[in-house]
Amino acid sequence: MAGSTRSATNRAAAAATRFSAKLRGVSDASIAWIFIAPTILLLLAINIFPLLWTIYLSFTNFRANQPGRPVRWIGTRNYERLLGSEDIWGYLQATAHFVIWTMILQIALGFGLALLINRNFRGASFWTTIILIPMMLSPAVVGTFWTYIYQPQTGIFSYIIDFFAGTGALDMIGSVTLAPWSIIIVDTWMWTPYIMLLCLAGLRSIPDYLYEAAEIDRANALQKFWYITLPRVLPFLMLAVLFRGIENFKMFDLVVELTSGGPGSTTELASINLKREAFEKWRTGYSSAFAIILFVTIFGLGNIYVKVLNKVKS
Amino acid sequence: MKSGILKPGQATPLGKFLAGSAVALYALVAMIPLVWILATGFKSPPDSISYPPKVFFEPTLEGYVNLFTTRSRQTAEYIESLGPPKSWYEELVRRRNMVISGPSRFADRYWNSIVIGFGSTFLAVFLGTLAAYGFSRFKVPLKDDLLFFILSTRMMPPVAVAIPIFLMFRQLGLSDTAAGMILLYTAVNLSLSVWLLKGFVDEIPREYEEAAVVDGYSRLQAFWKVVLPQMRAGIAATAIFCLIFAWNEYAFALLLTSGTAQTAPPFIPIIIGEGGLDWPAVAAGTTLFLMPVVVFTVLLRNQLLRGITFGAVRK
Amino acid sequence: MRAKKIAAVAGGAVLAAMSGAHAQDKEITLCWAAWDPANALVELSKDFTSSTGIGMNFEFVPWTNFADRFLNELNSGGKLCDLMIGDSQWIGGGATYGHYVKLNDFFDQEGISMDDFLPATVYAYSTWPKGTPNYYALPAMGDALGWVYRKDWFSRPELQDAFKAEYGRDLGVPSNWNELKDVASFFQGREIDGETRYGAAIYTERGSEGITMGVTAALYPWGFKYENEQGSYDMEGAVNSAASVEGLEFYKSLYDCCSPPGHSDAYMVANLDAYKSGQVAMQMNWFAFFPGIAKDEVVGGDISGFFVNPGQNIEASTLGGQGISVVAYSDKQDLALEYIKWFAQPDVQAKWWALGGYSCHQAVLGDPGFAATAPFAADFLKAMSGVQDFWQEPIYAELLLAMQQRVHDYVVAGKGTAQEALDKLIEDWTISFEDDGKL
Repeated sequence: MAGSTRSATNRAAAAATRFSAKLRGVSDASIAWIFIAPTILLLLAINIFPLLWTIYLSFTNFRANQPGRPVRWIGTRNYERLLGSEDIWGYLQATAHFVIWTMILQIALGFGLALLINRNFRGASFWTTIILIPMMLSPAVVGTFWTYIYQPQTGIFSYIIDFFAGTGALDMIGSVTLAPWSIIIVDTWMWTPYIMLLCLAGLRSIPDYLYEAAEIDRANALQKFWYITLPRVLPFLMLAVLFRGIENFKMFDLVVELTSGGPGSTTELASINLKREAFEKWRTGYSSAFAIILFVTIFGLGNIYVKVLNKVKS
Repeated sequence: MKSGILKPGQATPLGKFLAGSAVALYALVAMIPLVWILATGFKSPPDSISYPPKVFFEPTLEGYVNLFTTRSRQTAEYIESLGPPKSWYEELVRRRNMVISGPSRFADRYWNSIVIGFGSTFLAVFLGTLAAYGFSRFKVPLKDDLLFFILSTRMMPPVAVAIPIFLMFRQLGLSDTAAGMILLYTAVNLSLSVWLLKGFVDEIPREYEEAAVVDGYSRLQAFWKVVLPQMRAGIAATAIFCLIFAWNEYAFALLLTSGTAQTAPPFIPIIIGEGGLDWPAVAAGTTLFLMPVVVFTVLLRNQLLRGITFGAVRK
Repeated sequence: MRAKKIAAVAGGAVLAAMSGAHAQDKEITLCWAAWDPANALVELSKDFTSSTGIGMNFEFVPWTNFADRFLNELNSGGKLCDLMIGDSQWIGGGATYGHYVKLNDFFDQEGISMDDFLPATVYAYSTWPKGTPNYYALPAMGDALGWVYRKDWFSRPELQDAFKAEYGRDLGVPSNWNELKDVASFFQGREIDGETRYGAAIYTERGSEGITMGVTAALYPWGFKYENEQGSYDMEGAVNSAASVEGLEFYKSLYDCCSPPGHSDAYMVANLDAYKSGQVAMQMNWFAFFPGIAKDEVVGGDISGFFVNPGQNIEASTLGGQGISVVAYSDKQDLALEYIKWFAQPDVQAKWWALGGYSCHQAVLGDPGFAATAPFAADFLKAMSGVQDFWQEPIYAELLLAMQQRVHDYVVAGKGTAQEALDKLIEDWTISFEDDGKL
């Protein structure tokens, strides 16, 4: 097996050598373009062109399910309708609630775990690997199974909480007060390892002499944390929050499978409503405008955040 | 590792023990849902909805049989008329007054996941390697802008991207085709693969290639014979990250495929048995679907940090 | 050793399952919802394959994703489905947007007469514009919303006595919604055989059409109308009439008082689960499931009884059911038509009913012995004589989603009042009709 792979590789290499021999005269600049162009072209075709198309559609009354219908330019009416709708603000609020609480909980848990793991106890790397697993799994598939875990009558979540806290059956997904937390809990379960991993990287980047110096200055543990640990970890933490914040602002798959926006519109996050407008109601023009608003929001917030991040770094 | 150095609270063995216990406790609690998935796959449907939840149960393969078959409920007389069951799994199904009416779609969907996952990973890594080398080694005008542009393509919510892609695919006849999905996932994964691989190329000293060129190699030969072999580990890690992304992707698959090219993630949530959400079958499908990712995660554990931050954090 | 054997056997099952998927070269795909009747159709279609040599492929999607998935498929011009058993409300869009093949010529040519089918089903499943002789489907599966109850509990003397003492009448099948609520609240939280039972499993699903189908089961008997005059799109005073508001309030009160815990996102399958696991005394569900319930190993036989959706101000039931259509994007329309021709035959229709499908054919339904063929057969005929359906407009999906949201917000999430929910619904619908050029 290995031998045959190797000989195949050799043959391929030989072919490539012959091919490249022909290209011997090729200049560096053209190699650069030959190498980069396919990537740029593909991204233009599948990202930029569609984005421009979306911008165009957002000013029309187009409906993807009525191809025969004449497409009319309606100016900014879609945007006006969106910004004037109280429902949309509700969805954005639900999204903000989700993003903020998942970040708070994940920072607290993730940073805490990183500090503990950094004590280098025996088996630390084993347990770290275990903790990392949920983050790599498919949110939609895992989310589906969490609906089963959350069943008030037969689910293990309600059973365990009831066992320890005596709460009775918890209707995590059906109750208006609990549903927003049901999605936050699953997201936190999945993504705490992400924050943990970055915090750990931050902690390991702190040179030991800083602590030695602090020791000489008789700094207490809290001071060491405040003046050495936190500032050094902060850039890593902020990077983690940037990545996760954007992801959670876009959140779709996990919540669709968990609550599909319910009960009522309690967990109707922006992306979920966007999907309803675009692929169930087929208001393509209107939902394109919604998509652009979301994109601008993410891009704007992201840019402001990166500016702050750079300031913290320097 | 850092013996003799006192980090906060690190000194005492007791501290280490407490920290270790706390982390282990968290890990164990975090594992409950996954263990529960695995266990539910081997429960019988009634056991899966019993109260209180059953931790100990008699294992059965019913969930897996249900996962791979479609069944219809029939009267005892009708089942009688079909003659004795021909296999162990038919026997299992008939115990519930049902007959197997055919295979389910799970195997097809799983196969689609494999084809689309590997296809898009190959393309993304292939194009990404070239682009990464180009960005790392050559003077490219507007390099930083281009690199940022590549990254920014990930900022759009997938549902928003899916609107024009849906129209485009419909026009081009790519709706619900593996080719369309491979192309789309390639484009989405390119940002990851370019950024990650560029990091790996940057780490290879230029002197190696320069020495090769002095020895009479062309630029391309130097790339092929010197740089690529050095990148092997990086390429493998990148490929696995791309594969996991394509494997897990849900929104595009949900919105742009319906049957022919549908992958497993939008399918698993809709596995139902006759007359009820068949949790053992869902759990069985979930187990088979998650298994490869768990294995890859363990293999990749030392590269994870790099992968999840697009190469921004390397160690 | 043992593990190895199990692995080998499981592997064999996988292979067997996979090899079954690729067989005939003449093959068509039929798309429908994943539920009992679909499995019965698979069983029935084996006859079609053996008599014509045309292989059948099936693509079934659960109801909660059904409209979403297959309307997406139709809108993307996909070739996955050659035959579509689409929901009754799709007929407007299917005809207007050209998803479905018009079947008039084919029917004439093959001598298939729509007079052979129950008029209510032809009207609802086949025609567009409504009631005109323009056919885009053959009535395939008649259906309406009905109720199932625990006959065994209803007939226990101690429960009968307790009920009589409390409500002053006999415990029995409710004849209107007030009585239904009495029965439901009687069972709510009651211990029977050592377990806590609940009143009624009703539809509350948010994502697709669930809660709308449930709510309309109450609204129609209260006298709810979509328009003041049919075809006028004049909804003010009809959709939000005093009777409509009362009906909606009643549905919420039923949800609040008498549904099992955690029943906040329930459609067909969740109701079946609640019922089969013995949680509830009654469930609302489509007649389509009744054959399966009657055959069930736990609640089948004499344990379950059935009744038509109770009246209130008038007698009415929510319409379910589907017609079978040929998809315009299919490359194999001739084979698909052949299937419809085969399916329309009276003896095939008779077997369809026998296997658990609801034939709409007069030869089956008009048979004097029909009512005796199943415990729910007579109820089915009665229900079908008073069915009402949701909008069948081309933009029905948009109208449905608006109703889902407004009604779920009120009934389950408890936001606002019934009056506000229906007022807002008129606003939503008005915008939709304006966008569509109907207003």
